[in-house]
Amino acid sequence: MAQGPSLRAGVGADGDLLSAEGDWTAAHAADLDRLAHAAPPHVRKLTISLEGVGRLDTFGVWALERLRRSVVEAGAQAQLAIPQDARADLFAGVDKALARPSGQTGRRDRWGTLLHRLGRSAEAFAVDFAAFLDLTGRLTFCFAQGLRHPARLRLRSAVHHLDRTGLRAVPIIALMCFLIGCILAQQGFFHFQRFGATDYVVDLVTILVLREIGVLLVTIMVAGRSGSAYTAEIGSMKMREEIDALRTMGLDPVEYLILPRILALIVAAPLLTIIGNGAALYGAGVVAWIYGDMSPAVYIERLHEAASHIDLEVGLIKAPVMAFVIGAVAALEGMKVQGSAESLGLGATASVVRSIFFVIVLDGIFAVLFAAMGM
Amino acid sequence: MEADEVITVSDLHVTLAGHEVVRGLSFQVRRGEIVGLVGASGSGKTVLLRTMLGLLPKTSGTVEIMGVRLEQATPAESRRIGGRCGMMFQQGALFSSLTLRENVEFPMREYLDGSDAMYGDVALAKLAMVGLSVEDADKLPSEISGGMTKRVAIARALALDPDILFLDEPTSGLDPIAAGEIDRLIRTLQRVLNLTVFMVTHDLNSLKSVCTRILALYDGRIIAQGPMQDILAFDHPWLRAYFRGERGRAAQLA
Ligand SMILES: Nc1ncnc2c1ncn2[C@@H]1O[C@H](COP(=O)(O)OP(=O)(O)OP(=O)(O)O)[C@@H](O)[C@H]1O
Ligand SMILES: [Mg+2]
Repeated sequence: MAQGPSLRAGVGADGDLLSAEGDWTAAHAADLDRLAHAAPPHVRKLTISLEGVGRLDTFGVWALERLRRSVVEAGAQAQLAIPQDARADLFAGVDKALARPSGQTGRRDRWGTLLHRLGRSAEAFAVDFAAFLDLTGRLTFCFAQGLRHPARLRLRSAVHHLDRTGLRAVPIIALMCFLIGCILAQQGFFHFQRFGATDYVVDLVTILVLREIGVLLVTIMVAGRSGSAYTAEIGSMKMREEIDALRTMGLDPVEYLILPRILALIVAAPLLTIIGNGAALYGAGVVAWIYGDMSPAVYIERLHEAASHIDLEVGLIKAPVMAFVIGAVAALEGMKVQGSAESLGLGATASVVRSIFFVIVLDGIFAVLFAAMGM
Repeated sequence: MEADEVITVSDLHVTLAGHEVVRGLSFQVRRGEIVGLVGASGSGKTVLLRTMLGLLPKTSGTVEIMGVRLEQATPAESRRIGGRCGMMFQQGALFSSLTLRENVEFPMREYLDGSDAMYGDVALAKLAMVGLSVEDADKLPSEISGGMTKRVAIARALALDPDILFLDEPTSGLDPIAAGEIDRLIRTLQRVLNLTVFMVTHDLNSLKSVCTRILALYDGRIIAQGPMQDILAFDHPWLRAYFRGERGRAAQLA
């Protein structure tokens, strides 16, 4: 019954004859593919007969058409006895597809030369930077307007995001900073012992945590947790035309979606930094007590001596600025998302990678600034 | 040879979010039939279709496709059935990262053992059959119109020349000429491939010109089934309103 496709050669009324037999269907795709290229050599006039064909589908029709065309391309004559029933429609469809002008089969050119790509990325960077400035301007404008008409600040939405990005991040940030504090202290005691300088471990940990580690850990965590979420949310809203819907209602997506999110981040980051600092110093204290034989009372006293309010301020000044950059990068990457799921994924990745990069660059700039200011 | 009934649904119940959408529904579809499912918006047509394909959980009842119960199917069986069913989703559900042609090629690559040239050509042929031009084939789903999305979705459902085709509103959102072409394509494929089609549609023209049988869904049950004239003769207030309302009459005069 179910029999694979085959071609039987014979001699017809005028010229050669090929009789197609069996089922020419998708189930026999490999055979069809072989038969499509099985044109007999040295024919001048070929007729392909379909009388013996059982089932025939689009794949079978493709093979028959390909066969006929390969004979014609070799300079001979070939004709296909197209059945005059519903199957003719299949032939018409395949014919249209095969008749396409050659050279159109190629995909779009995705890979240019190296120079070309270099130029493209430089251009993309400039465009991104302009978009960043543009967004900063819009946000400032919206914020200023919001100060005059507080309803436009969308505080309800900001509080919702504050809960998501701030409150819910507390456990993981506290835990992470606690562990880092422990590790810093342990390393300090272990290495400083050799110089008999364990007295300075507390100074090391305090300055490191308050000025750098606390705020860096928190902002990196925020970029990974909230920045990527923001990009995914805004990106999928862009993808499903929700942002266009907002625009046609006369609502500004910057005011409605981006400003509340960034405000939430700016408020959350310093608070999280304080919590992170506390957790790290607590962790260091625990290690100092257990591993470094320093009683909590001594540790706290050293802490008082080592830490100045300037160290704390340095960390807390950096946090909101970094939060702003994280939020802005996340929003920009989200707005860049095109229609495809792939571009959403790329956007989320780019958002995290870029915001962490900028956080570190900013940290370097701040270090220079604070040094110049003697802080 | 397989049994004549390719789809058997018996006493199906589906509850979603605490609301019983499908309440005790039974019907059969035989090989070669083109069955149209009608029902008010929100009456559960899409839910029924998705449940039949195992995409939504059912509360009770059975669905057999080609003699196999989906929940009892071995992985090999469900793959075999997957290769012989084509589904077109109401919203298209195209793969957004693939071009239109790659979307149609996708099931071929998964199920067949042919060559790239074959897939490419046949995919273009499918796209041509649903009325798309060769130039459109390299576009991405985000770059095409709503009607084009419908057509590509149909082309992808047809990619493997399946035995059973499930269509969720294939002609809604298409202009009348395009809708007519789709109707003609469905009829052609049914004749050539002895395809079984189960389609949800609100298009009275398709119901009249392609469907060999109509199922009317109301209140979670099938209230009437049969060819168009039987349904028209059936006395039920909702059916009367559906087919004899102003729009219904206009379509029947055409
Ligand atoms: N995932 C879901 N969860 C909860 N309820 C759902 C879900 N999907 C659908 N419903 C509900 O089931 C009912 C039937 O929806 P369905 O999409 O099947 O309608 P339909 O008959 O296809 O309508 P239309 O003709 O507008 O496409 C609706 O009331 C809908 O709200
Ligand atoms: Mg529906």
